[in-house]
Amino acid sequence: MYIYDHFDRQIVSQRVAQFRDQTQRYLDGKISDEQFLPLRLQNGLYIQRLAPMMRIAVPYGTMSSIQLRKLAHISRKYDKGYAHISTRQNVQLNWPKLEEVPDILAELLEVEMHAVQTSGNCIRNTTADQFSGVAADEIEDARPYCEIIRQWSTFHPEFAFLPRKFKIAVCGSKSDRAAIMMHDIGLQISHDTSGKTAFNVFVGGGLGRTPVIGSLIYENLEPQHLLTYLEAILRVYNQLGRRDNKFKARIKILVRAMGAEAFKAEVEKEWAHIKDGDLTLSAEEIDRAKSFFQSPSYETLAQQDMQALALENADFARWLQHNTHEHKIPGYRIVTLALKTVGVAPGDITAEQFEAVADLSERYGFGEIRSTHHQNLVLPDVKQADLLALWKELDKLEVASPTVGTLNDIICCPGGDFCSLANAKSIPIAEAIQRRFDDIDYVYDLGEIELNISGCMNACGHHHIGNIGILGVDKKGQEFYQVSLGGSQGLEASLGAILGPSFAQNQVPDVIEKVLETYVSLRQPEERFLDTFRRVGINPFKESAYA
Amino acid sequence: MPNIIKDQQISDDSWQVWRDAATLPESGGYIVPLTLWLEHKDSLKALGDIAVFLASDESPKALANDITELNLIAVDFPKFADGRGFSYGRELREQLGYKGELRAIGDFMRDQLYFLSRCGFNSFALENSDLEESLASFKDFSESYQPSIDQRLPLFRRR
Repeated sequence: MYIYDHFDRQIVSQRVAQFRDQTQRYLDGKISDEQFLPLRLQNGLYIQRLAPMMRIAVPYGTMSSIQLRKLAHISRKYDKGYAHISTRQNVQLNWPKLEEVPDILAELLEVEMHAVQTSGNCIRNTTADQFSGVAADEIEDARPYCEIIRQWSTFHPEFAFLPRKFKIAVCGSKSDRAAIMMHDIGLQISHDTSGKTAFNVFVGGGLGRTPVIGSLIYENLEPQHLLTYLEAILRVYNQLGRRDNKFKARIKILVRAMGAEAFKAEVEKEWAHIKDGDLTLSAEEIDRAKSFFQSPSYETLAQQDMQALALENADFARWLQHNTHEHKIPGYRIVTLALKTVGVAPGDITAEQFEAVADLSERYGFGEIRSTHHQNLVLPDVKQADLLALWKELDKLEVASPTVGTLNDIICCPGGDFCSLANAKSIPIAEAIQRRFDDIDYVYDLGEIELNISGCMNACGHHHIGNIGILGVDKKGQEFYQVSLGGSQGLEASLGAILGPSFAQNQVPDVIEKVLETYVSLRQPEERFLDTFRRVGINPFKESAYA
Repeated sequence: MPNIIKDQQISDDSWQVWRDAATLPESGGYIVPLTLWLEHKDSLKALGDIAVFLASDESPKALANDITELNLIAVDFPKFADGRGFSYGRELREQLGYKGELRAIGDFMRDQLYFLSRCGFNSFALENSDLEESLASFKDFSESYQPSIDQRLPLFRRR
């Protein structure tokens, strides 16, 4: 993991002092509500329906056991004893008090954490594949570059008041687990024939009310040019992005309006001024960043036969199949902890679970934990020989539901229960679906399906890229739900097509059931939901849903 | 005479902003709109001291030929959340080589002083704030990751 030096520590510590002073001036009436808004947002603080909501940054989804224990302490002392993993791999508190936020920031600093730029119209937390550094299909670890981007984007003086929020994601694997095509900038690491690192730069992807898949504007960008090229993109966007309508202010609208080629030409013009300038990355700096992400001291182990392991116990076998992934080192496995207990908001985690997971990460790994944009946690380095013992522990903690990657691994925003932007509730929809499909064998038979729920157009629940997407809409003051099908993330990303008129809340489980029955009746052997949908189109689903 | 912050000190200032883009002022001492300047450069120069301000949708590239003639360029912030002026500041200093006074005018706020100064602004017509108290905001941070006008090397080249 990255470790702060005195510079990093000083910068974050001065941020805490700055926000303490700003909060005091606000409470004293010296800063207006309007002026305080961007200041608190850039510290992750929303004023929400019931209370402030605070978003703590988890850079590229990597945390230590020490940090997890601090989060447990904070959620207990300043909140109601639980927190929430967001779709940006961050951690959210639902009930902090405004006047205590500076104290929370000071506590976070003790474990090298902060809430910098987790909200507001600035460069947000850079996200990455949650399996970075351990995935068997990895080309190169994305984390050193994420850390370089994190530092460059932290308190960037020019880009703190952008037209709209700005999200960057980096993927270093063959399969894209970071949804890079759905980001303002997506960076795909590749190696050329001689093994040299390069980046493919996608720009203008995004969800929200106008979902767009990113355009490739630069192929094989050499690493030393990474920051100057990013700076050129941001400078063009900062000057030309629309500011007259917040719904048309994201970079995707600019890129679409100009055309990707014309946008690229503007970037190149700007880049010509700064390319090879002061911000050019040195080999030393890239090596320094990489030095923090060296492989831990793995043991030399024999690769075990997963099928033989599965014979231990049927429940364990299911978990093994769905909640663990191949590791790059023989004898190890990546384990995903499902934060999708029925009756609990997807992604919610209690202080006790935080502490227990921290302990497990030390006993079954190197004290490292990842958060995922699917709102789960990951223990990245588990010995295969320990899997059975770990599974028993996770089962006790209720984080071993063997449903990762299935219909019941729902992505869901906080929705109308918590969020003041929402048009409709989303958590009860997730729960109703999980309860309807509680037959695990049926869920397995359905295979790989992503179901994503957002409570409004802002699409925090990524509904556009769910194989099944559900969007809360407001119809004359009533909560309704629009269903879309065929969305997907990854390198073959696609946006869902709307099934038809929206449904009342109590109809949603029935509609999902009809959609799934249609899939089962039409699928060919080994065909996933997405494949069937792409083959047959939306009409058969429409006919059954509205029959 | 109103006070402004210049080079991190409070100082007297007599410049006035002339927002009428259709009529020429009758004397010098005004900061005039870019369009007025581009159209009536010679008449304006004859009035004495004249400065120019950029509206938030006016790129400083339009001043490329006038950089050495102007001792004061201002950037207007119509709303503090409109951050285009931050890029204009850097462009004026780093690409157009402007060395004179660069002033922020309009609806910016005290908590932006640190970032504005790192983008090349050295003069601030800050309204509705206690100037003496506001000086503290220049010292919000003593170190930054990115390069700026006063520190050409990014932090990673100094570690």
